[in-house]
Amino acid sequence: MFKLKNILGTQCLTEDDITTILDTVDSFKEISTRPIKKVPTLRGKTVINLFFEPSTRTRTSFEIAGKRLSADVINIVGSSSSTVKGENLIDTALNLEAMHPDIMIVRHALSGAAEMISQFIECPIINAGDGYHEHPTQALLDLYTIRESKRNLEGLNVVIVGDIAHSRVVRSNIYAMKTMGMNVKLIGPPTMIPLEIEKMGVSVGYYLEDAIPNADVIMILRLQKERQSKYLLSSIREYSNLYCLTSKFLEKAKDDVLIFHPGPINRGIEISLDVMQSDRSLILNQVTNGVALRMALMYLVLGGNNDRTN
Amino acid sequence: MTVLIKNGRIIDPTNGLDEPKDLLIDKGKIKALESPGKINIDTGEKQSIIDAKDCVVCPGLIDMHVHFREPGFEYKETIESGCRSAAAGGFTSVAVMPNTNPVNDTRSVTEHLLSLAKTKGIINVYAIAAITRNLAGERLSEMADLKDAGAIAFSDDGRPVMNNELMRRAFEYSKMFKLPLIQHSEMLDLTEGGCMNEGIVSTELGLKGMPAEAEDIMVYRDIALLEKTGGRLHVAHISSKNSVDLVRQAKSRGLSVTCEVAPHHFTLTDEAVRGYDTNTKMSPPLRTISDVDAIKKGLKDGTIDIIATDHAPHDIVDKQVEYQNACFGIVGLETALPLSLKLVDEKILSMSELIKKLTSTPAGIFNLSSGNLSLGNDADILIFNPNFEYSIDISKFHSKSKNSPFDGWKVKGKVIRTLVRGKTVYPTIEN
Repeated sequence: MFKLKNILGTQCLTEDDITTILDTVDSFKEISTRPIKKVPTLRGKTVINLFFEPSTRTRTSFEIAGKRLSADVINIVGSSSSTVKGENLIDTALNLEAMHPDIMIVRHALSGAAEMISQFIECPIINAGDGYHEHPTQALLDLYTIRESKRNLEGLNVVIVGDIAHSRVVRSNIYAMKTMGMNVKLIGPPTMIPLEIEKMGVSVGYYLEDAIPNADVIMILRLQKERQSKYLLSSIREYSNLYCLTSKFLEKAKDDVLIFHPGPINRGIEISLDVMQSDRSLILNQVTNGVALRMALMYLVLGGNNDRTN
Repeated sequence: MTVLIKNGRIIDPTNGLDEPKDLLIDKGKIKALESPGKINIDTGEKQSIIDAKDCVVCPGLIDMHVHFREPGFEYKETIESGCRSAAAGGFTSVAVMPNTNPVNDTRSVTEHLLSLAKTKGIINVYAIAAITRNLAGERLSEMADLKDAGAIAFSDDGRPVMNNELMRRAFEYSKMFKLPLIQHSEMLDLTEGGCMNEGIVSTELGLKGMPAEAEDIMVYRDIALLEKTGGRLHVAHISSKNSVDLVRQAKSRGLSVTCEVAPHHFTLTDEAVRGYDTNTKMSPPLRTISDVDAIKKGLKDGTIDIIATDHAPHDIVDKQVEYQNACFGIVGLETALPLSLKLVDEKILSMSELIKKLTSTPAGIFNLSSGNLSLGNDADILIFNPNFEYSIDISKFHSKSKNSPFDGWKVKGKVIRTLVRGKTVYPTIEN
């Protein structure tokens, strides 16, 4: 049975945990296809979306997930500059907890924020992304989406391309994928590959074309254009020449390769429009599955003892 | 007032002593050191006897690197609270770093600090003045004036002197005053936004790293400049393997370089940062096991001259925040002795060698008369039980701040009594 109170990252999830979560998603996915997309599973429960960093996709996904389960969902958008002015992070969390929410969803621009809050409050926490550390729900929805197509996760070769250093999606995916017996290869310029990441059990390469033929899944990361000012890039143009996933690259790929992107996308910079819209791309499936995954997770964290789909 | 300390194991590296002896203090000075039982006094109003059975009796410890936060940040620490923390840790002399507000970069601030220390301080407080005005790294401070006011060294600690030309001139200018420059070695352009050592742990935690090379490059630059100018360099809180090697090489070339290490840098590695406890955030950051091993080797072979705590008290409001937003540093004075005694247990240093790095060697580098038990000297004395086991309890700290990663650690070695000029300053304060 699922015993985790907080979902702070995928690092602490076992293979059983992940399998339980993914299995649970199945039964929630169908709800969103109904004409009336609401079940009473979390009626009377309060979900706080505590977002200290701007987010459209993830926040909306959690909000819709909560509402489809009949929870009362409250959105709070704050600033991460708590030391400069305004309230301390812990005080914010303690104040919200004093209103007796049932789950807090936390997004923060700085690594460790969700874990830190979890040390001060009793309310279950789901990490919706902390700095460059973890984004567990993204990784889990990625795994679910892969499993939908490939059925079996073990032994699959995943290639993740782009700014590895500044990606929480990468770290969460590495932990989860390694736990599920998948092989992960990271591709990007050396300036964007963090030190000693091989010790996480992954391989590293610099050229996209070398990694393509063997890949079952290619996950493209968003390029943040402001990285140029930190000397990580020569130009967007050169980055695109090296790493933009185009149909030319895909000629060498397996026929059944799957293409992922956690969004938001810079069209034409890290992925070409035709690849984005091709039948190999599961980018919108990721988004759809994100809602079901988050419904499942909220259900599991709150005990999972209700009849869930009615 | 006469005090007899009996039955202790006297360790005085300066005089080559490590044997059972009784020590007599009269009028605040060390009057006699004799074989056990040879000195007899009666207890009375003006006379007292301290039984130091099972204890080491040694010169009071000297910490040449503390932040007492006054003036400007009295909510973190004051001269008064800092001195109490020092006394509780067995220290009888400390040197305070100039990164206060205002910065100690002018005669009036140095004089203010030293007069505060006279009235509020229960131990000896020395002042380290800024190398550059307002620690801005732009113009030299008035070193002649500062020395005259009592400064014993110069440092922009907390910040390095980044400008090469300015650093060269600082070495040259300070040479005429025969005072060392203490550098916090960190190339800031390599550590911008960083909050821990760069490596697998920072990669996993998603925290920006502070590469060891940021330290190494500046240590090397300073050694290169020193070789030209012939001044004196003291490398603060050395933390990386390559920096230890650089200092070793510089010493072998006969350069006037010394360095210090903080206890946390030979006790913890960056693995401690997992869990994002902001009490593991310090600058320089906790590094890797190979750095710790290199530091221990450097302590053993003498490359690392002294142990200094970098006592950096911070209030909970500065620490109970996101890791990246937290202030750097930990309370050091009250855990330094037990943490350092582990070096004796691990046979890296003998008890006498350890005490030397905490007493006579810092006294020598900074030209203090203390740090030994020579007859006639001020009776600044530490009595500690090296085998007493206990758990560190931050709530019992005498410092105003409680930021320490060692809360709850089971350690060995407890301060039993600290005396300054013959008067007990810990555990009670004698008038």
